[in-house]
Amino acid sequence: MSEAQVLLEVKDLKKHFPIHRGVFKKVVGHVKAVDGVSFRLRAGETLGLVGESGCGKTTVGRMIMGAYRPTSGNVWFQPPNGQPRIDLADIRPKQMKPLRRHIQMVFQDPFASLNPRMTVRQILAEPLVVNKVAKGRELEARVRELVELVGLKLIHLNRYPHAFSGGQRQRISIARAMALYPCVIVADEPTSALDVSVQAQIVNLSLEIQDKIGVAYLFISHDLGLVRHFSKKIVLMYVGRVVEYAPAEPLFARPRHPYTEALMSNVPSTRPEMVGHKIILEGDPADPINPPSGCPFHPRCLYAEEMCATVEPPLMEVEPEHLVACHFADVLNLTGCDALGCAV
Amino acid sequence: MVPTLEVQNLRVHFMLDEGVVRAVDGVTFSVRDGKTLGIVGESGSGKSVIGQSILRIVPPPGRIVEGKILLRMENEDGTKGRLDLAQLDPNSRQARSIRGRDVAMIFQEPMNSFSPLHTVGNQIIEALRLHSDVSKNEARNRAIEMLGKVGIPRPEHRIEAYPHQLSGGMRQRAMIAMALVCNPRVLIADEPTTALDVTIQAQIVELLKQLQEEFGMAILFISHNLGVVAEISHDVLVVYFGRVMEQAPVDVLFREPLHPYTRALLKSVPGIDTPVRSKLATIDGTIPEPSELIPGCPFFGRCDQCGGDSVCQDTPYVLTKVAENHSVACPLVCVAG
Amino acid sequence: MNQDKIRAEKYLNASTRQLIWWRYKKHLLAMAGLFCIAGLYVVTIFCEFLAPYDKATFHVDAIYAPPSSIRIFDQDGKIRRPFVYACTLEIDTETQQMCYVEDTDERFPIRLFVRGDTYEFWGLWESDLHLFGVDAPGHVFLLGTDRMGRDMFSRCLYGTRISLSIGMVGVFLSLVLGLTLGGISGYMGGWPDGLIQRIVEVIRCFPSIPLWMGLSAAMPPHWPALKVYFAITIILSLVGWTDLARMVRGKLFALREEEFVLAARFAGAGHARIIFRHLLPSFMSHIIVTVTLAIPGMILAETALSFLGIGLRPPITSLGVLLKEAQNVTTIALYPWLLIPVFFVILIVLSFNFVGDGLRDAVDPYSR
Ligand SMILES: Nc1ncnc2c1ncn2[C@@H]1O[C@H](COP(=O)(O)OP(=O)(O)OP(=O)(O)O)[C@@H](O)[C@H]1O
Ligand SMILES: Nc1ncnc2c1ncn2[C@@H]1O[C@H](COP(=O)(O)OP(=O)(O)OP(=O)(O)O)[C@@H](O)[C@H]1O
Ligand SMILES: [Mg+2]
Ligand SMILES: [Mg+2]
Repeated sequence: MSEAQVLLEVKDLKKHFPIHRGVFKKVVGHVKAVDGVSFRLRAGETLGLVGESGCGKTTVGRMIMGAYRPTSGNVWFQPPNGQPRIDLADIRPKQMKPLRRHIQMVFQDPFASLNPRMTVRQILAEPLVVNKVAKGRELEARVRELVELVGLKLIHLNRYPHAFSGGQRQRISIARAMALYPCVIVADEPTSALDVSVQAQIVNLSLEIQDKIGVAYLFISHDLGLVRHFSKKIVLMYVGRVVEYAPAEPLFARPRHPYTEALMSNVPSTRPEMVGHKIILEGDPADPINPPSGCPFHPRCLYAEEMCATVEPPLMEVEPEHLVACHFADVLNLTGCDALGCAV
Repeated sequence: MVPTLEVQNLRVHFMLDEGVVRAVDGVTFSVRDGKTLGIVGESGSGKSVIGQSILRIVPPPGRIVEGKILLRMENEDGTKGRLDLAQLDPNSRQARSIRGRDVAMIFQEPMNSFSPLHTVGNQIIEALRLHSDVSKNEARNRAIEMLGKVGIPRPEHRIEAYPHQLSGGMRQRAMIAMALVCNPRVLIADEPTTALDVTIQAQIVELLKQLQEEFGMAILFISHNLGVVAEISHDVLVVYFGRVMEQAPVDVLFREPLHPYTRALLKSVPGIDTPVRSKLATIDGTIPEPSELIPGCPFFGRCDQCGGDSVCQDTPYVLTKVAENHSVACPLVCVAG
Repeated sequence: MNQDKIRAEKYLNASTRQLIWWRYKKHLLAMAGLFCIAGLYVVTIFCEFLAPYDKATFHVDAIYAPPSSIRIFDQDGKIRRPFVYACTLEIDTETQQMCYVEDTDERFPIRLFVRGDTYEFWGLWESDLHLFGVDAPGHVFLLGTDRMGRDMFSRCLYGTRISLSIGMVGVFLSLVLGLTLGGISGYMGGWPDGLIQRIVEVIRCFPSIPLWMGLSAAMPPHWPALKVYFAITIILSLVGWTDLARMVRGKLFALREEEFVLAARFAGAGHARIIFRHLLPSFMSHIIVTVTLAIPGMILAETALSFLGIGLRPPITSLGVLLKEAQNVTTIALYPWLLIPVFFVILIVLSFNFVGDGLRDAVDPYSR
């Protein structure tokens, strides 16, 4: 079986935000929000992007959307109509415009991502109108189709966002993202503001849409359990860098990076018998303004040795498709979730 | 033994324009020294208001309309008694002295509980000197000791730090230090780890457990995260729509939940046995409007067990004991059991 | 139960504007302010008709006349329709001061829709109909007269007209300036933002009264009154726009990063569409609040300038011009009614402030 086409290939992507100080806005340093991230997203599949707060997940998503211009690196995008692939990192806004409809985003905050002054009908029609896809009766038909796709009712069309709960708003958000039938959706923590029971609804809806329409997701989350449920492959980030990039199954069976192991063991579990198997890391995640030398994880790593503080480990393939940035990936025998039997 | 804190049939109502919101509607529970009671529930179920009523800081137009909040007190003459916090005037001296000294609270966002204008150290010292008669120097030493205990490295330096100079995890630690510096008997933790990363969350949960062993206080741990509650609590209270749906020891509740709501909640999180990409169990419908008056089971209509059985709708809400320490408020379970 | 449902339905389908209005209505003071302002604007529109006299008509027989007392009981204690007695001027032989003595023999009933001074209503038609008045040779001076025997009540109405219109026109000019410059500043950022912010800072650094004084002093003295009027509004708005520009810029900076604006961008919307469809409606209400709160500032500034004698000049009658008459302590001691325009100023400023406050509380219907 041949693998699906690569839609998006991110290569060594970096984004350093300058820090300005003083009256003359002198640049005194950089927030290395994203500092070398590479991955591939294939048509119709889901790639999970996991990491702790501030590790640069949103920044990666926004660079793909063209909201931030990368400091360096490439975002190769393959338009679905067979044109040659384009580097979104190096493109003028004018050229970006026709490509936008192929890549859409679902935001984290259901209360900020819908314009409070527009009705649901207007919100859903907006992308269609802007891109001159449909007009008049056809527009109305498309809007109705979208509303049904995400499981809302037609009476909701005339309402304003304030009349909806968080979960319903997220449905509207998803409908808006689907309006142009994109081939990639960047979902930035779409469920982290929701209750678990509502989260399950949104997860089911997203899976359903993927099965029906075949869209590819870049699923950004800090919830390993959710990512596992969703994704075929997973990228784990730590302070702007990829520490591990692997298909879900081998990753959870046998993680190769100590950070992955710690993260898996820290996921709170509803099985009381699991308590006590935790790897409690010391300290806080590293500061992206001033990341540690060598391996960024070494100050918190249980297995760190001298060379970790000086030499930065490259992202190496330890098994087919399983990439790890750790000097001792081959030596360490780490316990994955499956062995722990934890909640994930 | 008398529990440290016992809440009996607590009702807290908010009188709003759109009607009376029964944020807490007949909640009963108790905690003992050295034990943790987890309170779980979805957003808007009334968890925070329970915490606020114990401290008597429910914001107006909220009011405790019924119920008792009994705090075990050791009087100066050595006699023991119980004080009903619900009867206290929230602005009285007694209420203020209980707040912080006997009952302390930590919040989700520690930034809001520290003043940005003063150093963390000064605020801890202030809190200590407000409640006990210690010299400034002594208070400072206690503050440093406490900061060290909550795992802040080099506390003698960090005591001079302003809240914004600390990371989220460090701020939460400092908040815990401030809450525990007067050695309270009850600690109310309202979603203390929700804003934190999993690795930091694990640290804080571990820390709270450790401190509980050392100081022996009772903890009320409020969270919407079932996993965290499972890890820290001895007993768990599941609340929905201002009412207790199920109460049980932690292992019982998570192994053999009885209430359909608890079961549905547990099933909606993907676990190790959930096949990848399978449909997750969802709870149909939405939480009723907060101002709605529901005499029967508030979960009626969303429940997949009763199937529209009118018994559920008509039987007045009552929490029934089904086993030692295990109570359920489901007519179906109680009748069958 | 059913009614609850209907109410809930109404809320669910409500637009932002409706939500704002519902919240605004709950604010008692704000509603009172709104009615006051509406009343004041009615006054400014119909003031020729509402005022019993023209603002320039002087009555030589009634110089510094105190407010007339309106009576309903006559000398014999009988109830009559409201009337005033005729007044005669007498000089107190001892103190050498003028005083008015009522002549109880002559009654002048107050009548509605009387004919009096002719005026041109908004330059459209000529008329001499007034809402109320008394037959000649009687006078009704609700708020007394000034040193030329002009009716203070009529003059206050005319003064309110000018003061309110200065507020409106001035704010409109500031709005145009503030919106464009603040808009450029907030939407583009970068160097245009830096430049505009520096200009704003420089303007705000000047103490405003000396700045206004300087600008008005630069006005040629021979200019006609109308030209002075426009010059003064421009001067006032030249300073007033800075607040608005700052507000607009701040809001834009915040909104530009809002996710719903990003979503519009990701959908492919162009700049114009983002500005006019997403950004402007979102802070329209904030603009209205700022404007409402800026109007009283303008009115106070005009009053201050005119009071100092460097603003509007007679024959234009603003509240400040009227107050200029009351600059002298002896005058105030003898004829305290000359201070009455102050109450009009207070009423206007308070009403606008209440309305502004009410709006500010209401505009964020989502904050709950
Ligand atoms: N526009 C910006 N200017 C400066 N710094 C930024 C900007 N956006 C993000 N950052 C910084 O970049 C880092 C990564 O931020 P990002 O929002 O991508 O993290 P994240 O992984 O999405 O975190 P979270 O889980 O909290 O959403 C953070 O340290 C943040 O402070
Ligand atoms: N200050 C208030 N004014 C009006 N209603 C309030 C107020 N505080 C709480 N409520 C209402 O009381 C109910 C319970 O609120 P509470 O904050 O306790 O929920 P919670 O369980 O803590 O939710 P969350 O997980 O979102 O924190 C809600 O319906 C809420 O609308
Ligand atoms: Mg993010
Ligand atoms: Mg809460």
